[in-house]
Amino acid sequence: MTLTEEKKGESDHGQAGHHEGPSGLYRWLTSTDHKVIGKNYMYTAMVFLFIAGGMAMLIRTQLASPNGHFVSQQTYNELFTIHGSIMLYLFAGPFAFGGFANYLVPLQIGAPDMAFPRLNALSYWLYLTGGITMLLGFLTASGAAAFGWVGYAPLSSSTNSPGAGPDLWIVSIALVGFSGIFTGVNLVTTIFYLRAPGMTMFRMPIFTWNMLVTGLLILIAFPVLTAALIMLYADRHFGTVIYSVKGGGSPVLWQNLFWFFGHPEVYILALPFFGMVSEIFPVFSKKPVFGYKGLVFATLAIAGLSTGVWAHHMFTTGTVLLPFFSALSLLIAVPTGIKIFTWIGTMWGGQLNYKAPLTWAIGFIVAFTMGGITGVFLASPPIDFATHDTYFVVAHFHQVLFGSTIFAGFAGFFYWYPKLTGRMYREWLAKLQFWVVFIGFNVTFLPQYLLGLKGMPRRIAVYSPTDGFTFLNQISTVGGYLTGLGFVIFLVNMWISWKRPVPAGDNPWDGYTLEWATTSPPPSHNFTSLPPVRSTRPTWDRNHPEHADYKSPHVTEYAKKEVSSSEG
Amino acid sequence: MLNPQDPEVDGEMKQGHKKFTSLVRPRGVTSALAVATAALGLSSCTIPTFGAFKGATTQGQSTFHLFQGFALASIAVGGVTFLLLFYVMFRFRKKDESIPKQTHSNVPIEIMYTVIPIIIVVILFFFTVRVENKVVAVSPSPNQRVTVTAFQWGWKFYYPATNTTVIASGNTYPQLVLPQGETTTVTLVSKDVVHGFYIPAFNFSRYALPGFTNRFDFNPTTTGTFIGRCSQLCGLYHSEMLFSVKVISPAAFSSWTASQAGKVTA
Repeated sequence: MTLTEEKKGESDHGQAGHHEGPSGLYRWLTSTDHKVIGKNYMYTAMVFLFIAGGMAMLIRTQLASPNGHFVSQQTYNELFTIHGSIMLYLFAGPFAFGGFANYLVPLQIGAPDMAFPRLNALSYWLYLTGGITMLLGFLTASGAAAFGWVGYAPLSSSTNSPGAGPDLWIVSIALVGFSGIFTGVNLVTTIFYLRAPGMTMFRMPIFTWNMLVTGLLILIAFPVLTAALIMLYADRHFGTVIYSVKGGGSPVLWQNLFWFFGHPEVYILALPFFGMVSEIFPVFSKKPVFGYKGLVFATLAIAGLSTGVWAHHMFTTGTVLLPFFSALSLLIAVPTGIKIFTWIGTMWGGQLNYKAPLTWAIGFIVAFTMGGITGVFLASPPIDFATHDTYFVVAHFHQVLFGSTIFAGFAGFFYWYPKLTGRMYREWLAKLQFWVVFIGFNVTFLPQYLLGLKGMPRRIAVYSPTDGFTFLNQISTVGGYLTGLGFVIFLVNMWISWKRPVPAGDNPWDGYTLEWATTSPPPSHNFTSLPPVRSTRPTWDRNHPEHADYKSPHVTEYAKKEVSSSEG
Repeated sequence: MLNPQDPEVDGEMKQGHKKFTSLVRPRGVTSALAVATAALGLSSCTIPTFGAFKGATTQGQSTFHLFQGFALASIAVGGVTFLLLFYVMFRFRKKDESIPKQTHSNVPIEIMYTVIPIIIVVILFFFTVRVENKVVAVSPSPNQRVTVTAFQWGWKFYYPATNTTVIASGNTYPQLVLPQGETTTVTLVSKDVVHGFYIPAFNFSRYALPGFTNRFDFNPTTTGTFIGRCSQLCGLYHSEMLFSVKVISPAAFSSWTASQAGKVTA
């Protein structure tokens, strides 16, 4: 309804109306345009990435020597808690489903905006408020929350973690949780209701498919987290005993609720980035994506399985049915493997154009394959008993999450940067950044597998010189600093690209999907005209009619009819 | 601790290795995984440890062999994946501006890369369940029993048979004494928050939960002293919540319990 009204408004005012709209800070504060909100999300998430990355540097400095005194144990506990909380709640998710999805989904399906633009703006402001609330914890007398990003009960109770810091943490994540739920509602509705004529479900770009599934997973997982947090807050302040043994409650309930959110959350974080590389590999190979339907079904399989694997985080509690959760956790490796082979299949026989997006996307495959394989180890309960809560796990999930959010995230960022800004980044700086980050990342995390196997638990502020952890930790710290340096190169790249703009053109990569059929950056309601959508690659079909997808034998009868009627 | 040069340990490892390969070889001959496992197992006399502890209990050794199996399988799978990736990366570099063949799908290949991973996963699951049943088994009639109580930030070990208590926190670390070659059932509880009872050399950890009692068995195979840690974040001094495990001969254990009967060591 809103949309039709806005469309009417547009035709009344005519095209010039948009350019006279608010600009600068006022535009940023009041806009309901999905592109402005998407960019706000993306840039805010990047600021949080740098804050949490800075914390990682402090953490690595503390661990560079045994019995480290760089920060106190209390500060150390606060640092890794907020590092993890920012990365998972404030960076990885919002960067993907708040930033990329917001910006790209309406463009990819040929819609003028999200289904609920005002709700979209509310999501962003809840997210920003929640993020600042979390950081405020450091300013309280008792410090920020220090019970890890998982906030296990009863360590997170008012007795064990008194003070305002933990309360701010709870409120902050509840706010970000609501923001996520609203974004999920918006994404699902937009994709179901606002697709352009001809854009059937099986012609949607893989990125949009992944965002649809992510939106559904958000709607499954985030309400559980928000409810669990409200109960935790009630335990802390209203005298309930939901997670307290003393009143007949159960601390393990928190773990079940948290991970029922937490494991789908891992895929909520990963699927958007799978979607990004699924756009990048085809374009930079000059081929369509290999096994489109296989990819879609793999995504759906991951989503389905991800709701039944949460207790693999709880193998060592002794309270869960090991074979069931082990089987499902092992099984989820299959659709994930399908994706990797699909990407390799996409590049097979192509003309690989090694621009920064492709380089970063290949870096993602390397990191993600290693992290995925070690995930299979952890799906086996006996091996999990030996490595649970050690640096083996830390190395595993950093390879998976850093692999997705940074390698695939920057692949996506550089791929769509021309669309976002109308400008080109500096190719050599993006490549330099890749190599520094890629080497730094591996030097940081590969030694951590060995540290875990040697028995170093995670979240320890100090270790003894006799433990034999020193050398590997020092290597890891050097790698950490190198990774940090890589992000400085990124800032330099952005600075130069901003100061000395190089126009990128509307479709610098010969992209396939609808966002490349409009201007860079797109006008306020995205499209002045749309190419006909007869396949998954409407922009390619328009630019390469001799190789158009709808002419291939792959095309369905329905599309053939459509073509013959429109040509006839 | 566990030293590869130690003849006793080495002997046990070789025995264990035989057991493991005999488990793998006959069952999965058809699959690429088992072929790779067997080939790697044959080409070198001993499978490397891949950085893991060999396990100082029978349970820990089973876990170690499972870990080795997973490591070999992952080298095979990861190796194939990376070979394909690197081949594609170099073979299909851009040569000219021509448009390559627009392949959309290849159903037989897609079925292949779905079915083979499922087979691998089923094999991994089979061995997982076998080892898991060994590791989580609790004997109805153990030789010894000990109750471990975790608290912020220390451990209490209580031997009900002799009413012996070993407790310490802060700067002195308590010692858990276990007999070699006998079954000890550990009863694990927590007084306050969630802790992780973790003995790296035993390849084992289990949460100490408030309000829930965990039970598991250790059958130590090697005498020696091992470090134990708290693995689950439990508050300010989580890093320093250590203990040690001393495995001694049954005879030495009897005389130790006799000397400690009714005592509280703080």
